[in-house]
Amino acid sequence: MTDLTKLSLADARKGLTDKSFTALELTDAYIAAIDKANDALNAYVATTPEQAREMAKASDAKLAQGQGGPLEGIPLGIKDLFATKGVHTQAASHILDGFKPEYESTVTANLWRDGAVMLGKLNMDEFAMGSSNETSYYGPVISPFRAEGSNANLVPGGSSGGSAAAVAAWLCAGATATDTGGSIRQPAAFTGTVGIKPTYGRCSRWGTVAFASSLDQAGPIARTVEDAAILMTSMSGFDSKDSTSVDLAVPDFAAAVERGVKGLTIGVPREYRMDGMPAEIEKLWQQGLEWLKAEGATVKDISLPHTKYALPAYYIVAPAEASSNLARYDGVKYGLRVSGKDITDMYELTRAAGFGREVKRRIMIGTYVLSAGYFDAYYVKAQKVRSLIKKDFEDAFGSGVDAILTPATPSAAFGIGDEALAADPVAMYLNDIFTVTVNMAGLPGIAVPAGKDGKGLPLGLQLIGRPFDEETLFAAARVIEKSAGGDFAPKQWW
Amino acid sequence: MSVDATTVKRIGRLARIRIEEDEVTGYQQELNAILGFVEQLNEVNVEGVEPMTSVTPMTLRRREDIVTDGGYAEKIVKNAPLSEDNFFMVPKVVE
Repeated sequence: MTDLTKLSLADARKGLTDKSFTALELTDAYIAAIDKANDALNAYVATTPEQAREMAKASDAKLAQGQGGPLEGIPLGIKDLFATKGVHTQAASHILDGFKPEYESTVTANLWRDGAVMLGKLNMDEFAMGSSNETSYYGPVISPFRAEGSNANLVPGGSSGGSAAAVAAWLCAGATATDTGGSIRQPAAFTGTVGIKPTYGRCSRWGTVAFASSLDQAGPIARTVEDAAILMTSMSGFDSKDSTSVDLAVPDFAAAVERGVKGLTIGVPREYRMDGMPAEIEKLWQQGLEWLKAEGATVKDISLPHTKYALPAYYIVAPAEASSNLARYDGVKYGLRVSGKDITDMYELTRAAGFGREVKRRIMIGTYVLSAGYFDAYYVKAQKVRSLIKKDFEDAFGSGVDAILTPATPSAAFGIGDEALAADPVAMYLNDIFTVTVNMAGLPGIAVPAGKDGKGLPLGLQLIGRPFDEETLFAAARVIEKSAGGDFAPKQWW
Repeated sequence: MSVDATTVKRIGRLARIRIEEDEVTGYQQELNAILGFVEQLNEVNVEGVEPMTSVTPMTLRRREDIVTDGGYAEKIVKNAPLSEDNFFMVPKVVE
């Protein structure tokens, strides 16, 4: 039998309905692949093989009767940020030690409703704060990619590094992820996978550990555009338990994938042409535009004048919201408790021991910018800048642009333990320079593999769409995927 | 704006995160690097601009003011480090 783990999600689905193989066989193939790879890649922080086999057997029973949901029998990995009933849910943090929720997040509940099988929980940057998956309490995820002629370990990006690595290394058919400033799109770009952050409000945030509530959105990482579209359809939908969930019909996103880009206008924002941008990124961007033109799209130069202020505004808004959201970890309700001489002492010692350095740094910044006397100068100012960033996009879309093409990241994946990045927090933050504007404006954005750098490492392009027009993004991303025609699979070394 | 060592300790207290003496300088440098980075927002003219309150135009939904959930205290305290009779246990806070 062919290696079942190498099938796309869409092909696996076909094989299951054709009865070429069973959900249990498919699940066992993934469990074996995880057992073999996880010591090397550290993509999973918890595996649930028994639960997976039970779910697969239930799917086989349904498939045998010609029934089953759109994801029936498809094995998925779940980012550790999603609450999964009775299963390890710690946001890859020490402070949530032992936490096993009594409830299921809406996004994962939607996936199980549609028949998916859970393989386990995926590693990530602690509380989704990071761009390299090195801030996890469970240690860094190692990218399945290596530069040509090198054995050095690379990062898979972050914060959804476990999701991206597991998908690229065939350790699940697809994965859930979340994106607050680029945490789906940047790791997808680093690992030759497809990742989409939908419009804010498309996916329920209920049961997803909160980082920055006005920016957080869930989305899938998958090996193809079609796979991402299939997962997006199941994950989306109105939820009365999330007050910012949007009551809007969910399209069949997969039906839009082959729609093409004929007649569409693609915007090219001049402010994304950053100083010192590597020539290969610039070249990739031009190539992407040529591909879209060849399929009938028109390219139009646009201006998003407040682009450079998105990242500094983000580093006020996101830490402010995080400092508020993470106040709940106090050693009382769940997770770690370090005893002290009184209750304040207990809080302080628990939080000092339970949070990692990056998380503490962001809580500190957030606490400072929200503190008396600084609130207007920092937070209110940043929210005003955010209004301007959103208006930039509204003006562009108002001028007839259907989608915007940009690079996904300023470079390919970098090494584990990069000293220059470790010494300067701001240098690491610059990874999100092309993605963070999208979160600030609440728009959908997709990263799609489009080429490779000089060392054979994948590079991605990003498409940004109008609110709730993910369909155009899937269609345009599919054109890039098809035109690139490349093999973005890693060479297996693990 | 930049923070001094006293401010770092004060933020630590506000955030309920114990900052040890030997950590103060490190945090001070990191926080000042970030505050220096966000300084560039001063270049932006925001006169007459409304601060964003919702990224998508929406009004919060309302519902009847009735109990719709609850009645499972044992589940709520299930993950607590210390609990008794469905109460969270903490060190004594009132003398």
